[in-house]
Amino acid sequence: MTELPEDEVCTLLTTIRNTYHYDFTGYAQASLRRRLRTGLTKLGCPDLAALQRRITADPAAFQELLGVLTVHVSDLFRDPSYHRFLRQEVCPRLATWPSLKLWVAGCSTGEEAWSLAILLAETDLLSRSLIYATDIDPVALRQAEDGVYDIDRLPRFSQNYREAGGSGSLSDWYAAHYGRARFDDRLRRRMVFADHDLATDAVFSEVQFVSCRNVLIYFDRGLQDRAVGLFAEALCRGGVLGIGSKETLHFSSHNHAFELLSHEERVYRRR
Amino acid sequence: MNDAPPLPYDLLVVGASAGGVGAVSTLLAGLGPGFPAAVAVVLHIAENRRSFLDRALAGTLRVREAADKQPLVAGEVVVAPPGYHLLVEDRTSYALSTEAPVHFCRPAVDPLFETAADVFGPRLAAALLTGANDDGAAGLRTVEAAGGLVVVQDPDTAEASMMPRAGIAACHRPHVAPLPALAAILTGRAP
Repeated sequence: MTELPEDEVCTLLTTIRNTYHYDFTGYAQASLRRRLRTGLTKLGCPDLAALQRRITADPAAFQELLGVLTVHVSDLFRDPSYHRFLRQEVCPRLATWPSLKLWVAGCSTGEEAWSLAILLAETDLLSRSLIYATDIDPVALRQAEDGVYDIDRLPRFSQNYREAGGSGSLSDWYAAHYGRARFDDRLRRRMVFADHDLATDAVFSEVQFVSCRNVLIYFDRGLQDRAVGLFAEALCRGGVLGIGSKETLHFSSHNHAFELLSHEERVYRRR
Repeated sequence: MNDAPPLPYDLLVVGASAGGVGAVSTLLAGLGPGFPAAVAVVLHIAENRRSFLDRALAGTLRVREAADKQPLVAGEVVVAPPGYHLLVEDRTSYALSTEAPVHFCRPAVDPLFETAADVFGPRLAAALLTGANDDGAAGLRTVEAAGGLVVVQDPDTAEASMMPRAGIAACHRPHVAPLPALAAILTGRAP
């Protein structure tokens, strides 16, 4: 395993921040260091100094590294019980607003955003909804917007969908061609995919719902606090926040702004 | 149990797959009450299912399923939740990740062993037990290279021998023994 001296990691992150305006200095160390090692291999660099030279000289190389540093791997309707809770408990609350803005923060390749769109469609809320799906990685965002997934993943997506209480068939929402499934334009029309960085950007809209699952686990406590602060600011009174099943607001200074709707599903209501 | 000799490590990481619940339980029981190091366990389990491993493994030591930035505490066993890799963040906390499956597994053993070696270096022990794939072998090699103590369940006594065999093949000088003897090595009761 390649040595990653702490000061060299620090120098690299500072270079990335100054050159490309992405701030990874608040990211949790263990996964970041794993990804940096993957990045070294992928870009053919023997050590961090070489990687540093490479990305400084070549923006395309940085884009490749960015993909390695940010990607996490999800499924449609990952954690079916969470989505069942949204369908049964959260959608009726959302239905009380005349129009809805929903924010999937750190959407990566879009699985969570498409799951939400389907859920809203099946609870008759989609026509008055706008879903903002945001991420820092332009390549992942483009994939998210395409809404195209390998057909091999569909059996699992379908099983999750059923366990999440889906009211139809998942195949109502995609068309399969040449080994790929492409999700429906009826859903896409209500989705906006945009670049947004929880580490550096501000709130862009008032929203009624935020889903940010398995993103905070990659942040240290300081950056987690910044992100949760953005959610508290973006959510209107009574708005709902969903986080990952192993995440908590317990350590956040914004904890007081939220009350638990479900501990098991990690769903909170903005006070 | 303050009369126990001090251990040469602060964290014990354990990996297992097929047959692993019984094997890990036996190992933990062999460590005994008052075990003075922290213990982190990855067992291959299905994603998307509540695992109940924390209850299945509960015995003399306190067992918890890991949450985000779970504190790393001496004498406490932490198990990886389904669908997440368990990582060692620093000397006082664990971390979770939804990065891609490794060897088709999430949680997988290699990410735990490698991040643990990164943080603890020679102050680490790693145990690879029964299992039917080769996850954990690369991690075990990393632990050994960092100067950690490396032990492997004797493949002939394992319910599935592939994982321990791969671990033995990946290392220079692993301690290989049946489970009760592994516990004795880990607690300093045997060389």
